[in-house]
Amino acid sequence: MAPTKYRYWGADMSLYYVQKLLYNLNRDEKLQKAYFADQDSVLQDYRLDEEEITALKKPDIGMLYILGVNGQILMHYAAMCGYAWPDYIQAMRDALAEHGNVRAGLYATTDGKGAV
Amino acid sequence: MSLVFAGVCSHAPGITGRKHMADPDDADTFYAAFDDMRQALEASRPDALVVIAAEHFANFFMNNMPAYCMGMAEDYQGPIEDPDWLGIQRRTIPGNVDLSRRLIETIMQDVDLAYAEEWKFDHGISVPLNFLTPRYDLPVIPVNINCQGPPLTPLHRAWAFGQALRKACDAVPERIAIVGTGGISHWPATPDSGKIDEAWDRDFLDRWCKNDKQRLLDYSDEQTYLDAGQGGFEIRTFIAVSGATEGLSGKVHYYRPIPIFAVGCTVGIVELEAA
Ligand SMILES: [Fe+2]
Repeated sequence: MAPTKYRYWGADMSLYYVQKLLYNLNRDEKLQKAYFADQDSVLQDYRLDEEEITALKKPDIGMLYILGVNGQILMHYAAMCGYAWPDYIQAMRDALAEHGNVRAGLYATTDGKGAV
Repeated sequence: MSLVFAGVCSHAPGITGRKHMADPDDADTFYAAFDDMRQALEASRPDALVVIAAEHFANFFMNNMPAYCMGMAEDYQGPIEDPDWLGIQRRTIPGNVDLSRRLIETIMQDVDLAYAEEWKFDHGISVPLNFLTPRYDLPVIPVNINCQGPPLTPLHRAWAFGQALRKACDAVPERIAIVGTGGISHWPATPDSGKIDEAWDRDFLDRWCKNDKQRLLDYSDEQTYLDAGQGGFEIRTFIAVSGATEGLSGKVHYYRPIPIFAVGCTVGIVELEAA
């Protein structure tokens, strides 16, 4: 799989808010509790599109990776959703096989041949 | 001279969080090298430890991203990650407001530095402290260089930041230790996690050991991204330490690629006495 070009520009607005949500969840245990009790009430505070909302709610960690969520934020959301480390890596690999490379951001894959 | 210790080390979360998955010899030798670094740090009798880190969206986000930020709090909390996931218990880490303020004021003469009166440490600081100040009895002053959300500060500014930090250390009576922490080549939190380019790392560390300013600054982000992954942007922390110790050579006490830790595990110390 060809490495994506290094992009200097930021994420689009809606990907920005996916990451903002996960950043806030990572920082705030009260928000985590509120989110897992009633996702819609938290999600309405963020500007998100349908694809992102679906991936967040499922949760589809692999799809969030493909959408371009920064791995440093996503790995904690994966852990929050109960993914063990190897399962988190596998979810990204499965999504790559299904959807092709990451669509935005810096956490694209090069060859996917790292060791778990 | 009030800079009494300068070094660099890795901070990847797997170092503590995935220790149980590592080859025992990898974990044991690296942990021993970290402990040697702790002893050298303690032998320098520092009054405070400045950790130059590259955080991962624990405090700073793209709504308001400083290129450089220094802590100015009485104390700090960490780790922000799930303690079981990281393998480090949450605690309060002492700071030193007055010393922070004096360092910041001097650095600001040369570099436009942001400051923060609250700060939650992530693995970028909590992992090094777990080994270097395990009793949490040494005041810590955190520094962040944005290595995650481009546009990133140019490498020559990381060097200039290190120089400004050095001036600030020299201007205070306290004995200051600095530790830069980051990965060299690595692709953390991607399906390539565990990929490490040892040749790239060793070449970088050669430049670092020689305090070779020209060659240390001779990387473009585009090329680093292609050759060393997005984790390679964290070389800024090592370069800042080099800027703070201009003209002095360093020694790599430990380097070994450990894929399950997702980074070439490194401990390096600048030879301050040699000058
Ligand atoms: Fe890092």
